[in-house]
Amino acid sequence: MSLDSFAAPASFGRRHIEGDRSLWARVALVALLAAFVLTFFFSLTAGASDVSPLPLLRELFFSGGEGVSARDRLIIGEIRLPRAILGSLVGASLAVSGAVMQGLFRNPLADPGLVGVSAGAGLGAISVIVLGTTVLGPFLALFGIFTLPLAAFFGGLVSTFILYRVATRRGQTSIATMLLAGIALGALAGALSGILVFLADDAQLRDLTFWGLGSLAGATWTKIAAAGPIILLALLAAPFLARALNALSLGEATAHHLGIPVQRMKLIAIVSVAGATGASVAVSGGIGFVGIVVPHLLRLVIGPDNRYLIPASALLGAVMLLLADAVSRTIVAPAEFPIGIVTAAVGAPFFLWILLRRRGVLDL
Amino acid sequence: MIEVENLTVKLGGRVILSDISFAARAGELTAIVGPNGSGKTTLLRAVCGEIASTGAIRLNGRDMRRQKPWELAETRGVLPQKTALSFPFTVLEIVRLGLAGGWSRLPRAEAERLPLEALRRVDLAGFAGRFYQELSGGEQQRVQLARVLCQVWTPVLDGVPRWLFLDEPVSSLDIRHQLAIMELAADFACGGGGVVTVLHDLNLAAMFAEKIVMMRQGKAHAAGRPEDVLTDDLLAEVFECRLGVGAVPQAGAPFVLPQSARNVRAARA
Repeated sequence: MSLDSFAAPASFGRRHIEGDRSLWARVALVALLAAFVLTFFFSLTAGASDVSPLPLLRELFFSGGEGVSARDRLIIGEIRLPRAILGSLVGASLAVSGAVMQGLFRNPLADPGLVGVSAGAGLGAISVIVLGTTVLGPFLALFGIFTLPLAAFFGGLVSTFILYRVATRRGQTSIATMLLAGIALGALAGALSGILVFLADDAQLRDLTFWGLGSLAGATWTKIAAAGPIILLALLAAPFLARALNALSLGEATAHHLGIPVQRMKLIAIVSVAGATGASVAVSGGIGFVGIVVPHLLRLVIGPDNRYLIPASALLGAVMLLLADAVSRTIVAPAEFPIGIVTAAVGAPFFLWILLRRRGVLDL
Repeated sequence: MIEVENLTVKLGGRVILSDISFAARAGELTAIVGPNGSGKTTLLRAVCGEIASTGAIRLNGRDMRRQKPWELAETRGVLPQKTALSFPFTVLEIVRLGLAGGWSRLPRAEAERLPLEALRRVDLAGFAGRFYQELSGGEQQRVQLARVLCQVWTPVLDGVPRWLFLDEPVSSLDIRHQLAIMELAADFACGGGGVVTVLHDLNLAAMFAEKIVMMRQGKAHAAGRPEDVLTDDLLAEVFECRLGVGAVPQAGAPFVLPQSARNVRAARA
């Protein structure tokens, strides 16, 4: 999709109203859906070994075909497919978390990674990795595979609540306070995580390092089963927040006057952001900047209406993460690059570009 | 009818409003006037349920605080003093947000027509495709008014009057648009709805209001018809400034009163 294509397409039978971008947004949604399907398929083919999913699909749908080798079946079914599904879920949840958080804080710079929510979720996850065999043993026994995503969710929830309490007074969010409080919260979570890392043994250290860089490499059906439900719940809740977030962009008081139950909506938004971020962090570590880049790009193209922005963010987030993952798998094949490095290398300069374009944002 | 009894607002232990009682009738424009910091905006925000307060507030006979946000949204629209946006919405997208409150039952054709009609009424026809953030302060204020108008388009719904709460709706407008917007508010009242507005301009208050509530230091100092409230003595007490009501400057010194607009209705065209 080109950034230059601001002009709305010719109306399809419906009279075009000036200033109405909803038709254009719907066209973009369809295009994004197509892009997602293509990217998903592409990510099944990309990798160290040259395996095409086509014969497998043929076998699946036409139950004939020339037969698929057991090796190919393994590579597609147990490695690439779970990886593509997990990548889609994580990409969608990171981008939607960003969009919802930006709506909640009324600022395009809010992002779970930037303001310490991911760090809080990371602390929860690290606690489980390091203390799972000792102090947190009972939790592990109780929640099984869900312990890690739940702990990350809890960590993300606590930091989002603290952040909101600190940065928001009388319904107004101070951007400077939000960013600075986010730095402080991130540092605190980082310090606590550091203590845990200090306590970790060699095997745990290795786990932690790779987890922290952000990667989809360990994608398994188990991980999908553990994190998927939380992510899907948050993703399904987000579109219901769209109308409220639109009204909220006029300020909390005005949203209330427009008939929005503001406090309840904010609570749902915070819980979904924490859930989506926490579960993503739990399975893939620190993958940054998706939440800020994706919604921002989309606002340039389809406008800030959350009814379209949220589903479009889910699709573009998934597409971007699948592409980043394909890059991370191929540039140093057969070895792999942590995907967090790829997203940060692209996302950080992009973030600076937003800042340069909109220096005024911080003065709000 | 809006009835306010013994309304008190405390913020951080400080009493901002104390013991205010007044009533505003549907079909009338009620203006709240007073010096800076006298509590005009706080009063409006308390009556809208935006800030916590004690005392009774009844909207059309029902306890305002017991109504759900969406019930209130069907009955009254609120125009804040200033609305800053951090996302690039178009004017049309902003005005349409007004439809989200209470108008979901609107047929689709009506929902498409209303925002454009509202923009025309605030003299912003042709602005639908512009970006809100690129407009001047006065234009932004009129866009917000169009949004509020969309929310409570008909002054009476199912026999129940609806209300417009306006916080300094004309503060950043030129004289022609000041008159046009006040005229619009007066029309809403003529149609059976109620208007409660904070105003700084005493002449506009005198010209358009059926009732004036004069605030001083967090109290309703006086309330009544313009001719009863706008007196030399009351103005001196409230504004601490010797003013002569109806006094004309020395011959030859130019002065312009909004009342002199020859045809107020023409100003809207």
